[in-house]
Amino acid sequence: MASPSAAARSGAPVARPVKSRRNTELALVLGAVLVAVLGYVEVGVNIDGKVPPGAAAYGIALGVLALLAHGVIRWKAEYADPLLLPIAILLNGIGLVVIYRLDRATPKSEAAPTQLLWSTLGVALFIGVVVVLRDHKILQRYAYIGALVALVLLILPIFFPPVYGSRIWITVGPLSFQPGEFAKILLAVFFAAYLAVHRDALALTGRRIWRFQLPRGRVLGPVLLIWAAFVGVLVLETDLGTSLLFFGLFVVMLYVATARSGWIAIGLFLAAVGAVAVGWLSPHVHSRVTDWLDPLASISAGQGANQIAQSLFAFAWGGVLGAGLGLGHSILIGFAAKSDFILATIGEELGLVGLVAILLLYALLISRGFRTGIALKDPFGRLLAIGLAAIVGLQVFVVAGGVLGLIPLTGMTLPFVAQGGSSVVTNWIIVALLVRMSDIARRPLPEGE
Amino acid sequence: MFGRNRAKASANGAQGLPGISTTGRRAGTFCLLLIVALAVQATRVQVFQADSLNHNVANQRLTVERFRQPRGNILVAGQPITGSVATGGRYDYKRTYTDGSRYAAITGYSSQTYGNSQLEGVYDELLSGTDNRLAGWALWDEIARRQNPGGDVYTTIDKAAQQAATEGLNGQKGAVAAIEPATGRILALATTPSYDPGALAGSSGSDQAAWGRLQADTNQPMLNRALRQIYPPGSTFKVVTAAAALADGVVNDIQAGTGAPYPYVMPGTTTPLVNDTGACNSPDLSLDTAMTYSCNSVMGYLGVRTGLDKMAAMAENFGFNDPRLDIPVRAARSNFDTRMNQSQVALSSIGQYDTAATPLVMAMVAAGVADNGTVMYPQLVDKLARSDGTAVQVMKPAVYRKAMTAPVAAQVQQLMTDVVENGTGRNARIGGATVGGKTGTAQHGVDNTGTPYAWFISWAKPGGSRDVPPVAVAVVIADSSATDVTGGGLAAPIAKSVMQSILDNGR
Repeated sequence: MASPSAAARSGAPVARPVKSRRNTELALVLGAVLVAVLGYVEVGVNIDGKVPPGAAAYGIALGVLALLAHGVIRWKAEYADPLLLPIAILLNGIGLVVIYRLDRATPKSEAAPTQLLWSTLGVALFIGVVVVLRDHKILQRYAYIGALVALVLLILPIFFPPVYGSRIWITVGPLSFQPGEFAKILLAVFFAAYLAVHRDALALTGRRIWRFQLPRGRVLGPVLLIWAAFVGVLVLETDLGTSLLFFGLFVVMLYVATARSGWIAIGLFLAAVGAVAVGWLSPHVHSRVTDWLDPLASISAGQGANQIAQSLFAFAWGGVLGAGLGLGHSILIGFAAKSDFILATIGEELGLVGLVAILLLYALLISRGFRTGIALKDPFGRLLAIGLAAIVGLQVFVVAGGVLGLIPLTGMTLPFVAQGGSSVVTNWIIVALLVRMSDIARRPLPEGE
Repeated sequence: MFGRNRAKASANGAQGLPGISTTGRRAGTFCLLLIVALAVQATRVQVFQADSLNHNVANQRLTVERFRQPRGNILVAGQPITGSVATGGRYDYKRTYTDGSRYAAITGYSSQTYGNSQLEGVYDELLSGTDNRLAGWALWDEIARRQNPGGDVYTTIDKAAQQAATEGLNGQKGAVAAIEPATGRILALATTPSYDPGALAGSSGSDQAAWGRLQADTNQPMLNRALRQIYPPGSTFKVVTAAAALADGVVNDIQAGTGAPYPYVMPGTTTPLVNDTGACNSPDLSLDTAMTYSCNSVMGYLGVRTGLDKMAAMAENFGFNDPRLDIPVRAARSNFDTRMNQSQVALSSIGQYDTAATPLVMAMVAAGVADNGTVMYPQLVDKLARSDGTAVQVMKPAVYRKAMTAPVAAQVQQLMTDVVENGTGRNARIGGATVGGKTGTAQHGVDNTGTPYAWFISWAKPGGSRDVPPVAVAVVIADSSATDVTGGGLAAPIAKSVMQSILDNGR
């Protein structure tokens, strides 16, 4: 207390030092690991009446991953936002606990060990990105190549057999992953790079029809082409969730870059047209829309509860405080209980309180991403950070809205929480990029500059 | 917006358009609003729609939860007559019954498929562990959703009496209700033909088949005849008529002439009320003679003299016209009409016309007389307890109605004793005991062509005892295949063996 007031009295100019907040991050990371381990123990105590034998191993594994990631941030990204890593650890840890809990109800197909493996790979890639990528602006150079790779990644699954009605998986031996997950980062990089360069042209030139200012075709063409290619591929693969995500990302980034709210109107109009068209043409999608309009219709028709109804039953059973980990019946949802529908288990066993806590974690993660974007100086970095944060926000909305009956269900994974290797790896890369960019945004200017 | 340039304070974009700081904030706000929308929807589902979703027919949670732990037990004389067995299926535990068909009228059933009935239904929350009286810390248990072990229901049933009742009925269509007059505790509640509730406790195909068979059976084995079926009580109702006539002062001395004419033509008709025996065919018989030989003409005459209002009031003292007689399982409403002409009152006074009663209510008639005029509320349960035996609720005897004064009750007791000693109820005599009873053989069906209902109501106490008799009983046999159907012939022996079993307990 003495020194600042003394400095103020002396009248010397005092630059407010930028704090790295690494110790805050460490405390939060350890807290996140503790919460996850307690959740793991609760599952065992509630189901078997004793601490599960794997609790210590799980705690150590998660703790080591967390401390490694934290150490790398200390070493290579000292000024990074201190909330990003703890939120990622906590969400990933809770996800593992819930998957382990669901494994207990399906002893023949255990998913938690695989998920822990994928999480390890995700943290490894996180470390790799933070160490190797010293400045996000390097990515700008590879934007077009990235877009091409993304397109290839999206086309590839067409040559593999469809899984549950969607051609979005590549299966090689026992391994399977969804390339669309990786593509969304590449796409965000491409959009950010392109819009950073052309945003003035997009915003100000071109013809004006009625009240809409349309950009010149030369400028908009490539973006529309890429976007149409993506969406076309996705519709062919009947992966509506990812199309919806890419479309939303496109509109959000275009608006942020150009400030033309007309884009939002056009975007929503196109989305509506697309949705209606797909709804008519694809029986797969059509049934999901009818399920959404009346989730309980199949019950009154005497065909039993469909998945949305089962999901709503699970949420309802949780009520405000939840049944307690291991004490719900969300396994009644059946297929995809550990992936697309994992939020229903959280709602049933942790209740509205736990569900809202998870939503708040996402809200915090998203807002830190947007803040990073706003704090950065270079347009590419600003757009990229905002785009990555928007991906998380849109994805949470699309999947959670689907299982909660707010919007039609489209297959998607809940970031960090749901079972799915490609998803968890991709999200770790997103957080790594945000860590890198927030480090640059908060880093004090070097002496003499 | 929409092409119009608006100068913003924060504008740093081209030509005064808002810059990324502004649009980024807006987009961020939009994303956060999406999260808020999710939280709102979650609140709708988890708070406002939760109850209706939890109770949706396609939602298996309530059922799964219900059978998650062994169910509490129903006990007779401290011994459980129910149990639970692990199924290994989706529903963890299934109900089992010891001597299921003997106790079915008491326990009812608890089925994974068909729900609960009788005591299993009334005390379902206690038995399944959800009754919050089971909890030490109700609020905390609610929050933690701690499931308490199921509680136990201790019944008032006497094992020997129940056995005597069931064996006495021997599969005939009929029922027995026995009550401890001083307390209202129900000692036996039997109905035959019965069923084994354990056969339909599960959710398998054989459970469904058993249910289907029982539902289709024309003998209605699942009907609780002691509690849920009303029969015209016939001459057993004359006990009520005698009590009303004595209480009202229409008759003061049971040995004096009543002034009843013979033949007795019912008022407003040309029809005489006929008797079954010549002993009744004289004018001015005493009430004692009329009861001993069950004289319709005298009792019809006395009922009319007493009047509809007094007759109905006396009947209601014993439980007639009570739509909510809960023991705690609800008994069917026994009927005594309150709007009748005099000829109908005459018929009703001998237990015919629209008069109809459950065996339980006729047992209350006998018990009320035995308990010196005080009718106790019939109770099937002594106490409710937690699984460790600590009491949740202990039932205390409660007065239902004060039907008549002790001197009047003593006169009715004398009448009933004479029936057993000298009259139609001789089959119920027990050596070394004082027994009072009344027979009934009730006509029913179109033009009274149905097989008559054979009734007997009675009470008994050790000879010379000045205490309230320890047992009162009502027996009805419907649709007997016997050639000579009379209450004294068919029902009295069953009543006797039930009373005997209680008297033996006291020794």
